[in-house]
Amino acid sequence: MDVLTPRTLDEALRLRAETADAWPIQGGTDVMVELNFDRARPRVVLNLNEVAELRGFARENGTLRLGAGLTYTECRRELGETLPALAEAARTVGSPQIQNRGTIGGNLGTASPAGDALPPLLVEEAEVELAGPAGRRTLPLEEFLVGPKQNALAEDELIVAVHVRPSGARQTFMKVGPRNAMVIAVASLALAVDRERGEIRAAYGSAGPVPRLVRAPLDEADGFPDRVAEAASPIDDVRGTAAYRRHALRVLTARALERCAA
Amino acid sequence: MRIELTVNGERHEADVWAGESLLFALRERLGLPGSKNACEQGECGSCSVLLDGTLVCACLVLAAQADGHEVVTVEGLAPEDGPHPVQEAFVQAGAVQCGFCTPGLVVAAADLLARTPDPTDDELREALSGNLCRCTGYAKIFDAVRLAAGAS
Repeated sequence: MDVLTPRTLDEALRLRAETADAWPIQGGTDVMVELNFDRARPRVVLNLNEVAELRGFARENGTLRLGAGLTYTECRRELGETLPALAEAARTVGSPQIQNRGTIGGNLGTASPAGDALPPLLVEEAEVELAGPAGRRTLPLEEFLVGPKQNALAEDELIVAVHVRPSGARQTFMKVGPRNAMVIAVASLALAVDRERGEIRAAYGSAGPVPRLVRAPLDEADGFPDRVAEAASPIDDVRGTAAYRRHALRVLTARALERCAA
Repeated sequence: MRIELTVNGERHEADVWAGESLLFALRERLGLPGSKNACEQGECGSCSVLLDGTLVCACLVLAAQADGHEVVTVEGLAPEDGPHPVQEAFVQAGAVQCGFCTPGLVVAAADLLARTPDPTDDELREALSGNLCRCTGYAKIFDAVRLAAGAS
């Protein structure tokens, strides 16, 4: 096993293209668990910690460019005004120790159905920027998430950034788990009431193979909790039953609507 | 592979396996067993250290990622002339039972008080939510952190 530590994005992309089986590592909150428990032994680990271009976020003509290496702590502290649902979600990810290391890019890379950053980014119609030998491409987050722990990233590409045009809509994030802190979502929901565009957007997590977006016109708010629950395709697993997850989504959607209407 | 890092103010070199964690390097290569190894998945917080001043679980940092960086472990928290105020308060409040979680909690509490000298109870609970203790029920630990906050 070997660790490669590029200092620039160009170098990182070159190394990624040369070693297609390399595992990118940023905050390590997912990758290190695999290594510590010897569940995987990648030939090469590509350490992205020293790539400054992946850090932080920037405002560009009304769009926010979130670096793939943006941590949950940074989301909490810096994005509470512009992307409030994402900031709320970041606050529920693991502990402060995890929030200090875990990143948006890592959440996308792992592409877990329970990824807490994903529903808030879906309701804000985020796009994912990928880079590889053929150059850059951007695709909607909905298309990027293709299955449980599967995404559209090619073997020779890296996740570089997430682009969001903050809607300014009232929005919130909620999740259900056995306790308040340190839980993987049994069901989660981000919801935005977008008066400017006359629609409600909700995205659920942990209730289908991938987090999914559901839309409705503003005047169909009454039926929206049922609509979200029906749109989900949850399964029974160790954390909860499909029926409970549907029920939870119905309740969370009603609560989120109330919160965003007030 | 060889890494170079600063631990508790001292430069160190260590030969590490590419896949090992910073926690393993600290304990087994550098002889610093203060950070405890328990869950190895970022759940328990007993390996909490400061990496470039940021509270992290050392088990979730690849040792190679600490190359060129600065680490403070529980061994390096106290000033030369005596224990850290949080350590003193843990003794005073009786916040230690079996002691396994104590190093991580001390580091996490010190990190909290460095940023938020007078935390509310909610802030305190949230800041220590990543550190599990199976003995105390947390009441004495929270007492200790309140005591340390008042003393500083």
